[in-house]
Amino acid sequence: MLDVSEIQTIDHDVMVVGAGGAGLRAAIECSALGLDTGVISKSLLGKAHTVMAEGGMAAAMGNVDPRDNWKIHFRDTMRGGKFLNVWRMAELHAQQAPDRVRELEEWGAVFDRTKEGLISQRNFGGHRYPRLAHVGDRTGLELIRSLQDHGIHQGIKFHMECSALELLKDPHGDRIAGVLAYWRETGRFVIYRCKVVILCTGGGGKAWPVTSNSWEYTGDGIAMAYDAGAELMDVEFTQFHPTGMVWPLSVRGILVTEGVRGDGGILKNNKGERFMFNYISERFAPETADTVAEADRWIQGDKTARRPPELLTRDEVARAITAEVKAGRGSPHGGVFLDIASRQPADFIKRKLPSMYHQFMELAEVDITKEPMEVGPTLHYFMGGIRVDADSQQTTVPGLFAAGECAAGLHGANRLGGNSLSDLIVFGKLAGDGAAAYIKALGSTPRPIDDQVVAAIRRATDILKREQGANPYLLHEKLEGIMSSRVGIVRNQQDLEHGVEELEALKLEAVEMKAPGASQYNPGWHEALSMRSLLITSEAVTRAALMREESRGAHTRTDHPGESAEWVKYNVIVKRGAGGTMEVEKRAKPEGPARLVAIANAKIEDLESGKVGAD
Amino acid sequence: MAKRSFKVWRGDANGGEFKAFEVDVDPGMVVLDVLHRIQSRQANDLALRWNCKAGKCGSCSMEINGKPRLACMTRMNIFRDDETITAQPLKTFPVIKDLVTDVSWNYAQNQRIPRFKPRPREADGTHRMYQEDVDRVQEFRKCIECFLCQDVCHVIRDRDAKSEFVGPRFMIRLASLEMHPLDTDDRVPEIRKEFGSGLCNITRCCTEVCPEHINITDNGIIPLKERVVDRYFDPVQSLIRKVRGIKLRTKTRSEASAEGGTGGKP
Repeated sequence: MLDVSEIQTIDHDVMVVGAGGAGLRAAIECSALGLDTGVISKSLLGKAHTVMAEGGMAAAMGNVDPRDNWKIHFRDTMRGGKFLNVWRMAELHAQQAPDRVRELEEWGAVFDRTKEGLISQRNFGGHRYPRLAHVGDRTGLELIRSLQDHGIHQGIKFHMECSALELLKDPHGDRIAGVLAYWRETGRFVIYRCKVVILCTGGGGKAWPVTSNSWEYTGDGIAMAYDAGAELMDVEFTQFHPTGMVWPLSVRGILVTEGVRGDGGILKNNKGERFMFNYISERFAPETADTVAEADRWIQGDKTARRPPELLTRDEVARAITAEVKAGRGSPHGGVFLDIASRQPADFIKRKLPSMYHQFMELAEVDITKEPMEVGPTLHYFMGGIRVDADSQQTTVPGLFAAGECAAGLHGANRLGGNSLSDLIVFGKLAGDGAAAYIKALGSTPRPIDDQVVAAIRRATDILKREQGANPYLLHEKLEGIMSSRVGIVRNQQDLEHGVEELEALKLEAVEMKAPGASQYNPGWHEALSMRSLLITSEAVTRAALMREESRGAHTRTDHPGESAEWVKYNVIVKRGAGGTMEVEKRAKPEGPARLVAIANAKIEDLESGKVGAD
Repeated sequence: MAKRSFKVWRGDANGGEFKAFEVDVDPGMVVLDVLHRIQSRQANDLALRWNCKAGKCGSCSMEINGKPRLACMTRMNIFRDDETITAQPLKTFPVIKDLVTDVSWNYAQNQRIPRFKPRPREADGTHRMYQEDVDRVQEFRKCIECFLCQDVCHVIRDRDAKSEFVGPRFMIRLASLEMHPLDTDDRVPEIRKEFGSGLCNITRCCTEVCPEHINITDNGIIPLKERVVDRYFDPVQSLIRKVRGIKLRTKTRSEASAEGGTGGKP
């Protein structure tokens, strides 16, 4: 019999799960507010997925175009999200992002500069004005390093290479009481007892074979929150970034920053046509150039010209690329061409897009200053996730908070590029504030119960002890196959129904997984443990996608084309039912406050002049 | 698809050996892809680190055919078709298991470095810095902490003088703070006496292995050494400071606090 008192136990006020941008920012806030704060991360510090973010962080500072302000950023975010965003989150984000960016500078971040010496801002898809604070095309690295170097002097306890397995609850009041985790190095278990858990665990892109996501992206936070009884929201909206590498096969899915298009890159099919002009939707037509000449004037900096169609939102561009490939106009390896070589001088490309230059040179032997890149859609981001309160980031479980990609609400049906890094720092901070307020109001200290710990540990160690069983890597590949064929960039009822059946069958197979070897740094075992999260996350996405009978943003149903006026009024909520089965609910979405609705629907000129939405 | 021969070091702190693997390799693969294929098909418990697979995170550092490299950026077509490829853990750090080493010493060094101390913001709430003034610092901030430079540094690798020298990674971290236009701290005494700038003998091995092509030695370490020389050994600089009445710290903060003083300008 397992003796829980012999398991290593560490106490903190707050446990942050995940050390990407949101996790680090939340931990910094908690420690600044005097809370004893611990952070666990599956990888070493500074390696979280945030490090791969390239283009920049969106904040309406108006350094490059003074016409910009938070209301226009808010409007862009709502329109990009096809009005499914949580109004208040989009408002908070647009209002607070500039302060969060300036704060990073105070902590040592060195952004690219304007001629006047201010933080420079670049153009990106769906953003009306140059808005993304950036450092070449390695903005994520700058963000994570600035937070890391600031955070290590704040008294935060970092527990590296430690993976969370399950949220522990105090049955009195159904509150969070801790997290059970294991050290990757030794395989030993550790109980973190705490008053608050803040999940900052990112999305679940590793359920798909072609993804920009790293091994860590297995939906751990989403699954743990679901298991703990929290509600998930909008998980059918999985963003396929339009430009991932397609060749060679081993790099398929690796991201090609939207900055390439922001800095003048254009998309062409195998006939040499600049096809995006054929895919301008009604919503964006008034603000998008309809001739090559106008698009070129915009790139030259003509403020009267409208934006090129290559900078439409990601869902629109990804669908256009898919349609071109399907029509037989794709590139040799099943993508389309992204050309910046013929648009900008070589030294400009090397200066503004140095990582892209090296990435293509070293991995694909393509010189992007001389030849076009081959690109195609890659699973990149989860708009949906754990449902949270907009101001505090608390989930529906007391003491459980979530921020960043694993939380739902800010991005609605489609995220704008650059709104992710700003999401991390805005809502990471708010989650820290929310956690502090919760702890202040907390009466007794919650305590986990032994039974839950014992059951979770047994489930984990059975995988090692079993005589034989399925290879977890091969099951993971099987899952990827299901998600790519049944829950891809375009969906329909039949495929989704088959997907649910196939996932159910895979769940049964996964019960009997076997990881050979000992528990010490055993990736096969870690893979098996993450399959549980991947399966819950995948099932939630598939069931939600089946319920939403319309096409909106990143969710495209060939059997229900077009946005439905009815469905914009609803969110799809997923939660664990009483019997342990997954419940999916179509729930009315709260209406936006009149002042925000007015801003979101205003004419751009009226927002610039202050005629609408005056503070 | 072609069969290729690999030898991968397997073991832990108690010892280990190279194990041979025959693997199918597709065109365009990098060494990390091949190791993943070994892991998923032949050795599920093969320990290795990776994250981004695009040279941006610095996780998959190892020694490939004896050279410190990122496995994700090492293409298979740089090797001869009949060449056996060896993969082993970084030599400078203690092995945990297989290709994974304990790099926690590096995190401890970063913790020792006095934090960034910016000057106050300007009246309009901004910080003004010009691109040409931040180019050099941005070069240092490209560092992805792969620790390949630490792995090849003679002071750390061959002399095992980890207690005396923080290594090239943290010399450029110090340089990025000292040359930051907004920073107001002075770390020169510590750079000499605690972080060991004098131990670097400028062999430039660190610069050669840097996957980010940071000019670690010439742009980072040498300018720091020059600052140390100016402070401690240059009679002209010393005279100029005397005439102008400028007092700069020569004692480290810990030396000064041991003597009960402040050590000069903070």
